[in-house]
Amino acid sequence: MDQASILDRLRPHVPWGLTTPREERGRAILLATPGVLVEVLQAAHVHLRLDCLVDLTCWDRLPATPRFEVVYLLGQAGGADRLTVKVQVDGDPPHLPTAVAIYPAAAWPEREVYDMFGLIFDGHPDLRRILMPDDWEGHPLRRDFPLTEEAVEFKGHTPKVPSEIIPFFRPHSPSGSGGDPPPVAG
Amino acid sequence: MSELTRETLTINMGPQHPGTHGLLRLVLELEGETVQRCTPVLGYLHTGIEKEMETRTYLQNVTLVDRIEYVAAYQEEMAFYESVERLLEIDPPPRARYIRILLCELNRIASHLIYLGAAALDLNLSSGFMYAFADRERFLDLSEMVSGQRMMPGYFRPGGVALDLPEEFFPAARAFLDDIPRRVDEYERLLDDNLIWRQRTQGVALLSREDAIALGTTGPVLRGSGVQHDVRKLLPYGGYDEFEFDVPMRPEGDAYARYKVRMEEMRQSRGIALQALERLPSGPVITDNRKIALPPRHELARSMEAVIHQFKLVSEGIHPPAGDAYVATESARGEKGYFVVSDGSNRPVRVHVRAPSFYNLQALPAMVEGRPLGDVVVAIASIDIVLGDVDR
Repeated sequence: MDQASILDRLRPHVPWGLTTPREERGRAILLATPGVLVEVLQAAHVHLRLDCLVDLTCWDRLPATPRFEVVYLLGQAGGADRLTVKVQVDGDPPHLPTAVAIYPAAAWPEREVYDMFGLIFDGHPDLRRILMPDDWEGHPLRRDFPLTEEAVEFKGHTPKVPSEIIPFFRPHSPSGSGGDPPPVAG
Repeated sequence: MSELTRETLTINMGPQHPGTHGLLRLVLELEGETVQRCTPVLGYLHTGIEKEMETRTYLQNVTLVDRIEYVAAYQEEMAFYESVERLLEIDPPPRARYIRILLCELNRIASHLIYLGAAALDLNLSSGFMYAFADRERFLDLSEMVSGQRMMPGYFRPGGVALDLPEEFFPAARAFLDDIPRRVDEYERLLDDNLIWRQRTQGVALLSREDAIALGTTGPVLRGSGVQHDVRKLLPYGGYDEFEFDVPMRPEGDAYARYKVRMEEMRQSRGIALQALERLPSGPVITDNRKIALPPRHELARSMEAVIHQFKLVSEGIHPPAGDAYVATESARGEKGYFVVSDGSNRPVRVHVRAPSFYNLQALPAMVEGRPLGDVVVAIASIDIVLGDVDR
């Protein structure tokens, strides 16, 4: 299936000026603004018959802004059509409209994104933490959430952070090694 | 006589419960014997693998991905490296592709045998459990021959596999595959002739076609609800388009349909594995791109360049170009895919695992609400969750 035609078929049904279509390594990707997200998902569901939410996830673009990119991967039951919808969002905490009304499968992955990144999905019926304990502080998959060793009660043991265990490399640093460490909360 | 008062009883099932196949907690609201509401509580096996992977190089991460869906580790490695290879824009050589598919299909048989054993044990058919695990043992022996490990192989590499198959693997794999049809038929007779098995699975844990699609289920759960959906056929990856196989499908949507789909899938997987064994191409098992794969051992003694490549790969690893990639693969439980984001450095910025067990488990409340409490265990067994995959 030619993935480019998916974007062409979607074009009449969404405010095209507010989106950026892109094709990358065989995937059809549509970068939408938060305001038109629901409209895009609805159009994909109704007009393209992309009836499965295959995956919903997020990643932290720190230090770039907008900081978070949420990725919706839409698919078709019994079909090969695929569309990736991305939306970039900023704010503290960032807000996005929920997709549960269109794709019921979004209920758990949206909880996971809230749990891991602190993104609030407005209108979600049950937005609670899903993997971390209820009383956990912070959102672990944010880039500035430090990953440390758990303190143990052995004498003479100093917990290390992984950037000490494995040196951090940048591809274009002069020596080919060394470079900036990953961002750590101050 | 006074008016009867109706009230619900809230009970807690798990996290330590043999029927949950791991650490899963369910909060069940019962009215009499009937489940009114089922709320799964996850996270008891959350190990932060996705966070951990951001701090490891692409080569180190193979150790971590094995531990996500630990009963189908070859498929896990396949999914991870398919995405990494898409970022690197390389293809493994033909022999490596066939070896990967061969191992993935052997692994699918072994994974379905675990399902079969565990589902039978849940209904007190303990002989089924013993037989299935004895057969799975033979796959573990094969895995040990190939990779040196029984469960966490760490055998795939970006651009191929670590080593060629050993000589003793071929007769052993053939003997294993030759026995599969007879054994699967035997298990099917054992269970189909059992009145308890039929009555406890037929019409139990029903999931309609619409619910199965809306709730994001994939794999045998979706195929058991009447959708012919298999990523290997629809979006072929890693060379699956060169193989002939059927996608089994059942319209009933109950636990029995999922069982039947898996039994047929074992036969189909055997067919694919036999095709891979028969047509196994000769040639290298890993790409000769020295920026991605280690140089062969004999070059190290003679070539300074090989020593430098070896040093750079071991100390730094590979640097995929900036961007993101997602390749859908069909694991034993459904669609498994790794969403990998690279910034051009030697470690991923973000690795997200599209976990089939996570999405399939989301359909559990739809299967058990309004049904007797005893069906909950059957429903969990029929989804065939791996909690390492749910919680990651």
